[in-house]
Amino acid sequence: MFKLFRNLTKRDYGYIGLIFAFITMQVGLELKMPDYMSEITVLVQSASGEMAEILRNGGFMLLCALGALLANTASGYFISLLSADFSLNTRKKLFDKIERLDMGSIKSFSTGSLITRSTNDITQVESFLTMGVRMLVRAPLTATWAIIKIANKSWQWSSITAVAVVIIVAANIVIMRLVIPRFKIIQKLTDELNGVTRENLTGIRVVHAFNAEQYQEKKFARTNQRLTSTQIFVQSVFSVMSPLMYLVMYGVTLAIYFVGAFIINAAEMGDKLVIFGDMVVFSTYAMHVIMSFLTLSIVFMVMPRAQVSAGRINEVMNEKIHITDGTRAEGEPAQEGTVEFRKVSFRYPGAEEYLLQDISFVAKKGETVAFVGLTGSGKSTLVNLVSRFYDATAGEVLVDGVNVRDYQLSALNNKVGYVPQRAVIFDGSVKMNIRFGDNGKAKSSDEDIRQAARVAQAKHFVEKMPKGYQTHLAQNGTNISGGQKQRLSIARAVARRPEIYIFDDTFSALDYKTDARLRKALKKYTENATSLIVAQRIGTIMHADKILVLDKGRCVGAGTHQDLLKNCPAYRDIAYSQLSEEELHA
Amino acid sequence: MHNGGGRGRKIEQAKDFGAAFRRTVRELRPYLPRIILASLCAIGGAILSIVAPNQLAKITDLISAGIAPEQAMALDQIGRIALLLLGLYFGSAVLELSEGLIMARVSNRFAQNLRRSISEKINRLPLRYFDKHQSGDILSRVTNDIDTLTMNLNNTISSAVSAMTLLLGTVLMMFVTNWLLALTAMASTLIGFRLMVAILKKSQKYFVERQVALGKLNAHIEEVYSGINIVKAYNGKAQMDKKFDRLNRRVYRANQRSQFLSGLMHPIMAFIGNFGYVAVCVVGALLTAHDLISFGVIVAFIAYVRLFTSPLSELAQITTSLQSAIAAAERVFEFVDETEMPDQRKVSRKLQKEKVRGDISFRHVRFGYDAEKTIIKDFNIDIKAGQKVAIVGPTGAGKTTMVNLLMKFYEIQAGEILIDGTATSELTRENVHELFTMVLQDTWMFEGSVRENIAYNRTNVSDQRIMEICEQIGLAHFIRTLPNGLNTQLSDDAVSAGQKQLITIARGMVEDAPFLILDEATSNVDTRTEELVQDAMDKLMEGRTSFIIAHRLSTIKNADLILVMNEGDIVESGNHQTLMAKNGFYAELYNSQFSL
Repeated sequence: MFKLFRNLTKRDYGYIGLIFAFITMQVGLELKMPDYMSEITVLVQSASGEMAEILRNGGFMLLCALGALLANTASGYFISLLSADFSLNTRKKLFDKIERLDMGSIKSFSTGSLITRSTNDITQVESFLTMGVRMLVRAPLTATWAIIKIANKSWQWSSITAVAVVIIVAANIVIMRLVIPRFKIIQKLTDELNGVTRENLTGIRVVHAFNAEQYQEKKFARTNQRLTSTQIFVQSVFSVMSPLMYLVMYGVTLAIYFVGAFIINAAEMGDKLVIFGDMVVFSTYAMHVIMSFLTLSIVFMVMPRAQVSAGRINEVMNEKIHITDGTRAEGEPAQEGTVEFRKVSFRYPGAEEYLLQDISFVAKKGETVAFVGLTGSGKSTLVNLVSRFYDATAGEVLVDGVNVRDYQLSALNNKVGYVPQRAVIFDGSVKMNIRFGDNGKAKSSDEDIRQAARVAQAKHFVEKMPKGYQTHLAQNGTNISGGQKQRLSIARAVARRPEIYIFDDTFSALDYKTDARLRKALKKYTENATSLIVAQRIGTIMHADKILVLDKGRCVGAGTHQDLLKNCPAYRDIAYSQLSEEELHA
Repeated sequence: MHNGGGRGRKIEQAKDFGAAFRRTVRELRPYLPRIILASLCAIGGAILSIVAPNQLAKITDLISAGIAPEQAMALDQIGRIALLLLGLYFGSAVLELSEGLIMARVSNRFAQNLRRSISEKINRLPLRYFDKHQSGDILSRVTNDIDTLTMNLNNTISSAVSAMTLLLGTVLMMFVTNWLLALTAMASTLIGFRLMVAILKKSQKYFVERQVALGKLNAHIEEVYSGINIVKAYNGKAQMDKKFDRLNRRVYRANQRSQFLSGLMHPIMAFIGNFGYVAVCVVGALLTAHDLISFGVIVAFIAYVRLFTSPLSELAQITTSLQSAIAAAERVFEFVDETEMPDQRKVSRKLQKEKVRGDISFRHVRFGYDAEKTIIKDFNIDIKAGQKVAIVGPTGAGKTTMVNLLMKFYEIQAGEILIDGTATSELTRENVHELFTMVLQDTWMFEGSVRENIAYNRTNVSDQRIMEICEQIGLAHFIRTLPNGLNTQLSDDAVSAGQKQLITIARGMVEDAPFLILDEATSNVDTRTEELVQDAMDKLMEGRTSFIIAHRLSTIKNADLILVMNEGDIVESGNHQTLMAKNGFYAELYNSQFSL
């Protein structure tokens, strides 16, 4: 965790200094108070007790209390600044880092885990910082200071306090040992319960269709029972905590007074009153000592959780960024619109097997090149190399005659319109979604956006929406259908007016009719642009200028539809499974 | 989100606090005896802790009496009182512990029952409900809301009782002991307390703000990470960073304010304690000086001040935790009280699965998802046993509507659907379900073994029969490659989409019903697996009256009947030849496929 604190800024260190100062001041004032208390006690006790003296001491004590309150408030203020500042900066740094990671790293962390790291884990460390800093500074300070003050008063009283500290710390450790492993079990059971409920909800039609209501309910009841008994155990153990703590603390006061009676009884006449005052004070300091140890043991119990979170954050922060910026802003002028692969191979860093091996092809301006093959044959990986989601392990990928690594990333991106298999819709208006990002040119006008929507066959349904292009789309586009999302995601690429289109299995989510209409409109609109299409359906790509057939990362055939039908058995297999003889030769 | 809890928990308000509160109390009735017992323990514990300071005062008095010259310390008496005190402390601890143990059981059993009611409720709700509500919302009621409810309930009930007892008891004891000191102690505490409540109120506002801001920021983070390929490819980083910074700043402000204000509570409590102490000492000293009270009384009062402040702050906390408990309870009961599917106890007819021929007819069927908006107006058709019916149409044309009607997931508004001449309205839903095998596109797997997934909700299916079926549809090889064969636990990543589809088909084969509803879509499966799946589907269709949401041309062309759907309605019906001859919507749909 302490590695993470390296992210603290100069200002944060200023805060820390102030926090130390104010907490020291507060502890000093708090521990001064019992002295006045003892003065007051003695004054009240002795016959000579003068009212003026009592008021004076009372006044000092109140001043101390007020001072402690102010110091405490001040330290609290700087702690809140520190922890809020820390989470602001760390979150920003982490977010920025994750945005720069290459897709391989993102995949190996998994998106879900990156989300928890940027949200929950940061909150976790932050809340530890808020509570922990105060406790970690204050408790040891109070304990040592208080011990110094009472150390030589009486060995009997000191041993009573020591025993109490041992009991409390030991009890705390036992309770946490019993409870903490079960927290994990509870989390697991809660997830399981969620899982059963989720499968019942998402499969509600199947549950009804198979009359399996009771089957699911029984399954739920089993987990529910286990969760409940674990919860009861944990809470039962916890309910020991508070009565025990009170018992020990009251017990200590009682023991000090009881033992005190004997000490006073045995003392010289003149000392009796002083010892009596000491006794009252001692019991107060003893409380401070015990409370400090209690706090410390709690801090150390809570810390591992924050430490795990901090470790998870660091893991991402330390991840190497593989994709680095080049310098070129423009390609070779004569080669505009070409994409070329020269003996390209790719494997994930550390992986043994190649995902792509020895792929070469050229797509010239205005051409359509398609990629087919079984799942896992490497088609998506291949097109992802163009946008540098990954870098080729061997060979060269050239865009406009220049190796993609030599481009500034933003310049490369400006040339490409990429449409993924799973459409991405951001929280915002239809318009914002279509003209998302930056293509190095002027922002698309409303007319451009309408044009893009028309080409992507989205105009019809967008204009039917209550607010047209201003209609708000929810995150993930939960308020529109899958086909509509896909069309908007295509419109986004069109609005970019790129030299090169990449359709990574974009059309499978559409029905045949929309698919056909859309490709017709696109073809007309993108006449001058180069298109790389990954597809499942032969119908989608049979008219491409060139088709590459991939099998286990290797190119096993290249040519037009008719060529491949004649010469490539793998292609024939795929084609015949989808279409009839007459359709194939239509 | 389990981790964000604790300090940052959002305080929710119930829409109708009174009603939800009464409802919660009613649900708690079975636990009443145990709650009363726990409350008695709480009261007992509180009384003991009130009595204790008085005894401590006696010890102090005896000690200070022993200080005076010529006086012997009454050690015997001190010993006796100390023993009594020890007993009091122990008794109080034991009572508090028993109360805690009882309440832990009560609140968790209560939660268990609530969770059970929700789980059972899910299966009794009409499907209409799920088409309108998100599953995330229901899930959060099962876990988050019930967690909030129990945690707060556990704190609330018994703490309220003991805090009230402690408060009243302390006030009483203080006045009995000395009314002037009592007034001093109470006045000094209450002033400080008002201040604290004011801060609490203010900080609550910031906590809500923090929760809202954090929620928005987290949503943005989630969005960017899950669409990272688009953010990268479209140079959208600057745009997304701008929004991130704005949201992050907002979290920062709310964070800092809420943490600061809530951090103030503790110091103020401490100050109130000290202030009370000084006030009691000063007034006490005045009174001792005039011999109106003994020194022991002051010691007792110092304890009383502490006893008096703690239930006050506890009660303040209880009111907020009661509020979130009731708000959570309201959401839980809202779900539990939803209108269920119509009662069918009066239904007496039953069709035996084995004896059903497989004819099905639609007579003047009218249907709409909303009462005002009819989408199927007057649909008539006769389907003979063993026929294949293909349902086609563009995406969003309402192909699942047919599934909903056939399976009686939704009730039709007018007309009849007849199975072998019997109207489905005269049959129970369970009976209708029994007659249909349903294999949908969203291949639905659940946690459990391969066997449990195939012989779903069936106990009398032998492994031999399962393997026979798997053999037929080409799944047997896959199962043999699994580490534990049929006993292998299924997890999402271990099984490919195609294999999942085969498993659902096997499930349908085990069901073996006279009617079949099949969704053919296999978009994300590689072509060889697709062939396997298609062969399996053909096997499944053999000898059954089948309704197929068709995507394959061969299925459509070979169908005995094609239902063409658009915008919810059935716009054309007939076979391939007649529909092509008609040159209508279907012909256009068919031709569009190869027109590029």
